[in-house]
Amino acid sequence: MKTIRFEVDSDGIALLTIDVAERSMNVLTPELQADLSESIDKISSDEAIKGAVITSAKSSFVAGADLMSMVNAYEDGRSAAEKYEYARGFQQILRRLETCGKPVAAAINGTALGGGLEICLACHYRVAADVPKSVLGLPEVQVGLLPGGGGTQRLPRLIGQQAALQLMTQGTHLKPKAALEQGIVHDVVALDDLVPAAKRWVLETGDPVQPWDKKGFKVPGGAGLMHPGSIQTLMVGSALIAKETNHNYPAPIAIMSCVYEGTVLPIDAGLDIESKYFVTLLMDPVSRNMTRTLFINKGAADKLVRRPQGIDKTKVTKLGMLGAGMMGAGIAYVSAYAGMKVVLLDRDRDAAEKGKDYSRALLQKRIDRGKMASEKAQEILERIVTTDDYAELEGCELVIEAVFEDKGIKADVTAKTEAVIPADAIFASNTSTLPITGLAEASKRPEQFIGIHFFSPVDKMPLVEVILGEKTGDRATAVALDYIQQIRKTPIVVNDSRGFYTSRVFGTYTNEGMTMLCEGISPALIENVAKQAGMAVGPLAVMDEVTLELGYHVGKATAAALGDDYKPTTGSPVIERFVEELDRRGKRFGKGFYDYPESGKKHLWPGLSEVYPLADPQPSPDEVRKRLLYVQALDTVRCLDEGVLTHPADGDIGSILGWGFPPYTGGTLSLIETVGLQTFVDECDRMAAAYGERFAVPDSLREQAKAGRGFYAEDSMAARSAA
Amino acid sequence: MADAFVYDHVRTPRGRGKASGSLHPITPVELTSQMLSSLRDRNELDTSYLDDVVLGCVSPVGEQGANIARISALTAGYEQNVPGKQLNRFCASGLEAINTAASQVMAGQSDLAIGGGVECMSRVPMGSDSGAMAADPRVAYDTYFAPQGISADLIASKYGFSRDDVDGYAVESQKRAANAWEQGYFKNSVVPVVDRLGMTVLDHDEHMRPGTTKDDLGNLNPAFVIPGEQAGFDAVALQRYPEVEAIHHVHTGGNSSGIVDGAAGVLIGSKDIGDALGLKPRARIKGFASIGTEPTIMLTGPAPSAEKVLKRCGMTTSDIDLFELNEAFASVVLLFMQQLDVDHDKLNVNGGAIAMGHPLGATGAMIFGTVLDELERRDQSTALINLCVGGGMGTATIIERV
Repeated sequence: MKTIRFEVDSDGIALLTIDVAERSMNVLTPELQADLSESIDKISSDEAIKGAVITSAKSSFVAGADLMSMVNAYEDGRSAAEKYEYARGFQQILRRLETCGKPVAAAINGTALGGGLEICLACHYRVAADVPKSVLGLPEVQVGLLPGGGGTQRLPRLIGQQAALQLMTQGTHLKPKAALEQGIVHDVVALDDLVPAAKRWVLETGDPVQPWDKKGFKVPGGAGLMHPGSIQTLMVGSALIAKETNHNYPAPIAIMSCVYEGTVLPIDAGLDIESKYFVTLLMDPVSRNMTRTLFINKGAADKLVRRPQGIDKTKVTKLGMLGAGMMGAGIAYVSAYAGMKVVLLDRDRDAAEKGKDYSRALLQKRIDRGKMASEKAQEILERIVTTDDYAELEGCELVIEAVFEDKGIKADVTAKTEAVIPADAIFASNTSTLPITGLAEASKRPEQFIGIHFFSPVDKMPLVEVILGEKTGDRATAVALDYIQQIRKTPIVVNDSRGFYTSRVFGTYTNEGMTMLCEGISPALIENVAKQAGMAVGPLAVMDEVTLELGYHVGKATAAALGDDYKPTTGSPVIERFVEELDRRGKRFGKGFYDYPESGKKHLWPGLSEVYPLADPQPSPDEVRKRLLYVQALDTVRCLDEGVLTHPADGDIGSILGWGFPPYTGGTLSLIETVGLQTFVDECDRMAAAYGERFAVPDSLREQAKAGRGFYAEDSMAARSAA
Repeated sequence: MADAFVYDHVRTPRGRGKASGSLHPITPVELTSQMLSSLRDRNELDTSYLDDVVLGCVSPVGEQGANIARISALTAGYEQNVPGKQLNRFCASGLEAINTAASQVMAGQSDLAIGGGVECMSRVPMGSDSGAMAADPRVAYDTYFAPQGISADLIASKYGFSRDDVDGYAVESQKRAANAWEQGYFKNSVVPVVDRLGMTVLDHDEHMRPGTTKDDLGNLNPAFVIPGEQAGFDAVALQRYPEVEAIHHVHTGGNSSGIVDGAAGVLIGSKDIGDALGLKPRARIKGFASIGTEPTIMLTGPAPSAEKVLKRCGMTTSDIDLFELNEAFASVVLLFMQQLDVDHDKLNVNGGAIAMGHPLGATGAMIFGTVLDELERRDQSTALINLCVGGGMGTATIIERV
């Protein structure tokens, strides 16, 4: 056996130590499953073996399934029956483990997630080490799957339906002590005593029969639809899942169905039900989409897959932050939090201090919630130095400006900064609207000038968009990416364009919402369908948040910058009407598309139907949904065509983490693959005829559909650049 | 096809559906037995002529379980050749039982039958029979299940009925019910319930609050905010009806039907059996229909079921003298009047379930009797009886005096 060390001690206890080679953490590779199976045979057949203890040689126990194999499962061409056989494989190994006739204890030395925890649940006894970084949980739902190794059957039988559902539908991670409180493990001990404690149980208690295999077993807290508490759990639980998923994510309700349908049956029948639901999820694109974008590709982005090769790793120890407004204050906070010294510069010390107050407030919140010691918070605050003196920027490896969005002002701070910072320092702009190439004209060293575009609020938003100007050099890119890794955010790298990638494509969403309003489509329908499609906020509500006034000014500025090339968007008449005629400029002004009563919730302005009388008939919700999502997907394809994006993964990750495009889609490009390339093209052709050229299908996409070549096909980018 | 005639009907008073309710000590079988006994005694009926006792019951479990129709007939002292069956079309069960009994007569397969229903909501609470509809995750999720209170609030939100509208309707229901009791309109049909010693336990509908004003009602809290907002059902409703901006919770205990105990029965038979037994027909059942509608909004079945039965009978709403629509929730009735352009002067003229209560399985038979009595009092001819039904259904029946 290559992945399990199998040793029998003098007491006849087999110690199984899992150690998957060439992996930082144990994952459930086919080899590990085979070795586990072989070990079970040994335990049950060797009369000298009294019982067994399972542990790991790594700092974690077993971290879960091999996600790469899950992505491939979606399109591997295997039938449902074949996938069912595959799903039964691991599950039945664990069933053999718990019915092997000898007591087996799990010595959980560190993190046990997914299939890792499922191994433990199939053991007769579980003892976990009290290790700070260790977590236990069944997080499969986060990749659109369910715990298919018996988790949906054993956990509710162990701790009751409600608690089990809570953990499995949320994918909650528990610390060992919390797992003990929930009854998932039997004991928590010091790491040193872990294996001895497990062995003691085998020798002293050693009951080789699971509770659910004993006669008269009842699910704690009841099960089925004849038990009042269970009915309540299932009824409310189903509605809450509908509310949270908007029917976009198939896994949570499948988990609930496994629990409901399985817990009224003997465990073997329940396990069979679990496998069948598991297969339905494997065959659903949502699991492929979430796994591919949010784990595999995001993981690669976090490891800086786009970092130029051949440049030594860099580290920012001192960051210059120009402008202490909302963005600057947020960037200063996350940077100081990550251990950097931050020079927070504004036109005077007071303004800079105000920016630092933001960090004070956030840190105080952490202290109040018991999440941080006040000494630690103090250390972070001490790293932020406020000033109005450019001389203090001396020694900064990286300076980021977040001053007013005006080319002249930005040119001025660029010059002042470059006068004092080291020759190899990188200057970055956090602009969200001005092209980087143009701003770099003010720099003496444009190859060291780059865009680092943060999202608001900076401390919460996980994405950072790196924008390369025409002259931006590889070293600048490397420094920017290394910095983003330091602050533990996910970078995407895009080329310069108006609105870059994220702002530009997100603009098509709000524009489509306003266009539909203009066409007389019910604003409630637009807003509700947008949210039900998985967008965090409706397009009209977003416009109110960022203010129609800002949209108005950006429009005017763009028109001025582009001159004769300017083409007003279909939504711009709406913005003009609301700003110029109706004086409803957005939430900050107390009125926009919505009214904001002082008491009570905001609601759509009743006057909307007079400004834009309702059309008859109204479109179906499905049509509204398509318009809102497809328009964003199409513009992402254009970004690939124009070279704004150089890789589909940046498009997908950026859409989900940047502006909250719904995760179930896998991102704007994966959405197209999910719909089906040809179906998507046909629908857009129809919509282009009906709604205008926003839905015109790029030639590249038409070609792709014809060739049946997905965005992630190996030759996809090559074919694109050849075209 | 034979005609099905209505020979008589009785109902018990409606007791408050809680432990303090007067009928709470009476078992469902006992309550039903007393109802069946009165129907027999006041018609001096030889029960051996009965071909069936069909009773609606919505929570047929526990003491309402195991076919309460057959057991109650036996305990009422009906001849043992009289069979019984219990059926469930949720809130229209009582009317459906009448329709079923009538259809047996029309088809020539019964001469004489009883249709009616029972529900002791104080003893077997609503929902006691569980069911996949609300709680099997796959079923509830795929059908966008929402509880009926949310559906009623959805109707109000979608069709624009304000809290003021629904409260206004409720005040009128109370006023009409109080007037009808004062004037003695119900006295021929309501038989007091007695205890083991023959002493009267209840002789009137005790859920009523005569003199209720809009101000009184305005002080009540909306009843379905918690299931709507905390249990996620508002979101479910909006997923089905995204054109509705938000659910406005306007229904309260004061403008929704009351939870009560009660039983009712209607004696139905062919012309020949009436002649043979010396019974005088009071009305003819002209037709009936049930229909399925969208289940999330659930309670919009009355208008389509009314249209279906009207069409079947070759009639229009103008041919109907009186409408009787169960007041499950005020918005249901307001929507019906709006959709079919029916004047409130012709509908629920003696109040309804908002004032007097809605004993689920029995209500259909109760309102059937109420409107027949009123046709006679007014010397009018036709009435349409109608209920909204859980799961998205409606049931309607048209009667005509003879």
